[in-house]
Amino acid sequence: MSGGTLDLKAAAPLGEGLAPAASRKTNRSLWVTALLVSPAATMFLFLLVVPLIIVLIFSFGERADAGGYAPAFSFENYLNLGARSKAFTNTLILAPLATLLTAVFAYPMAYFLAIKCSPQWRITLLILVIVPFWTSQLLRYYAWIMILGSKGIPAYLELIGIEGVRIINTPWSVLIGAVYGFLPIMVLPIYVSLERLDKRLLEAAEDLGATPIRSFLQVTLPLSLPGVATGSMLTFILLMGDFILPAFLGGGKVFFIGNALVDLFLQSRNWPFGSAVAMTLVLIMFVTVYIYMRVVLGKAGSRNPATV
Amino acid sequence: MSKKVTDETVSAQKLMDELYRYKKGSVTRRHFLGVTGLGVASAVMATAMPGLKPRSAHAAISGKVSLCTWPNYHNQANFDQFTKDTGVPVQVTIFGSNEEMLAKLQAGGTGWDVFVPTNYTISTYVKLGLIDPLDLSRLPNFDASTNDARFTGEGTVDGTVYAVPKDWGTTGYAVNTKTVSEDMTTWKQFWDLTQSKYSGKVTVHDYQLTTIGNALKYFGYSFNSIDPKELADAEKLLIAVKPHLFAITSDYQPAMRNGDAVMAMCWTGDGVQLSRDLPEIKYVIGKEGGEIWTDFFAIPKDAPNKDAAYALIDFLETPAVNAKEVEAHGYPPTDSRVTSLLPETMTKNPILYPAADLLTNLEFGAAATLTDPARAELIARFKSA
Repeated sequence: MSGGTLDLKAAAPLGEGLAPAASRKTNRSLWVTALLVSPAATMFLFLLVVPLIIVLIFSFGERADAGGYAPAFSFENYLNLGARSKAFTNTLILAPLATLLTAVFAYPMAYFLAIKCSPQWRITLLILVIVPFWTSQLLRYYAWIMILGSKGIPAYLELIGIEGVRIINTPWSVLIGAVYGFLPIMVLPIYVSLERLDKRLLEAAEDLGATPIRSFLQVTLPLSLPGVATGSMLTFILLMGDFILPAFLGGGKVFFIGNALVDLFLQSRNWPFGSAVAMTLVLIMFVTVYIYMRVVLGKAGSRNPATV
Repeated sequence: MSKKVTDETVSAQKLMDELYRYKKGSVTRRHFLGVTGLGVASAVMATAMPGLKPRSAHAAISGKVSLCTWPNYHNQANFDQFTKDTGVPVQVTIFGSNEEMLAKLQAGGTGWDVFVPTNYTISTYVKLGLIDPLDLSRLPNFDASTNDARFTGEGTVDGTVYAVPKDWGTTGYAVNTKTVSEDMTTWKQFWDLTQSKYSGKVTVHDYQLTTIGNALKYFGYSFNSIDPKELADAEKLLIAVKPHLFAITSDYQPAMRNGDAVMAMCWTGDGVQLSRDLPEIKYVIGKEGGEIWTDFFAIPKDAPNKDAAYALIDFLETPAVNAKEVEAHGYPPTDSRVTSLLPETMTKNPILYPAADLLTNLEFGAAATLTDPARAELIARFKSA
């Protein structure tokens, strides 16, 4: 859409004599823009805006006798949100923590791939980063159930004398699963921002007497922040709504908002309360993502190459 | 290896050679079709040209049939046979709870032709107008007179048959006797030992009916209670037990098999499957009682392919077919014609056929539990605690 707007602005200052042609061109480019935007716009309208409005309406209703939705207008569902407070706090602690951990693991990996790795290996290694996506997520989580289960890592820890360790079905197993599952999503954006980094800036920093650590902290890191922000956002958003990871590696004992939603819609069939929880989740996500983007992108923007 | 062969282009010479080998009878039809790629070709063409499909035993059914059922609940060989006989492929969707099935049917547009509801849900489906009455004349292989009335009753609502029985079973718990040395006989033992000796090694169902019901049995209340005070007691027990559980899951076979769990709330068939592979795993029905249930076949009102739905139910109600089903899933059939076809190892297996005195205290689930908001919210609070 922004491409179209730019195009119009560019077309406007054309010479007077060309006005008819220009306006024809503007008309046509408007049509082209509309045509190009319409598939995405239709999708957004019918698969995002309309469902969101339906969910909003449902959230003020009440549970029908046999479950489902019955029309009403009450705030009771919102007042009852406290009944799921544990799910909200679990998610709001574990999702950011898992995002942070994933970033910590992903950054050195992306740094190696973008800067240290020899170009002839780069493509192969990048493909290897994506390889896990070739297998179904469920299968990979089942594998982790075995690895983290009592016959897996705890059994090996016992061999070296550390006994009674339990990992599976604890918050730890969910964190491990999250870092494993979302690592590629985090690595790729960071890799892209590091790969585009102008190496001359690093040479300049060195010429001006900066130690490697200082040039990393003051040049490389700030310039790669947009990549970190993108990766973190993707990971955070996916984790906030996830229910498969906590269900599998948390064994039903680590309960996320996603699990509360699945239960409300499919088990207790309390659609209005489920809608209220969903709207609250959307609101929390919107505010968090907005603040985060403002802070991180604002910071990165102030250090764009022109001002460094 | 056979895949590699079919991937190669077949030369004219090779095709003729293979054709002669086939005609002489030195290779099978399957080999011939595989090697020449004709098998794949005719399968592809069959989807576009119905005339090429195998002939249907049931008058003119076509398309596909969609079955919504439970995990580990059928014999794939039977589905293959059905497709071979009718040309109609069976598409299977797996579900975890009756509540979930109801939610999907209420939302509409499931595309299911046949589904497998449990006894206590059928009256609700009828009340909500979600299922069709069954035309028994289209199910000639089903015989109501050979089915035990104790198990078939709830398929009939106000004198109309809405569902025909598939099999029955109980809900007890599996015990790994290598670790659990106590003589386990009651639900009280199950819940008490979970909070003490076997803390961290027990699973319960992710299912309101059985998890709440069996917690109610700890206090000697009805499995189906919706009394607020009794439910409050059950909730107190469940919340106290939760930190001691290994997991809340209806998929407990992996944990029992690899030793993470030593006790698991368990259905008959899982008990049969577990003890078949690991003889140290025993199945216990609580003395206080618990659940006895029957699963049925029913047809949703908006089923897209009702002809195929009748054909599939009729096929699966055929005694010889159903016997093969039972051998695979390990749940006892409701039909005595099927029982007589089963091997003695099954008919004498106490997990399938528990002693009569153990059955007397069991209760069928009550319709009220399916839609009761208090039970729904209780299980949700337990899970999110």
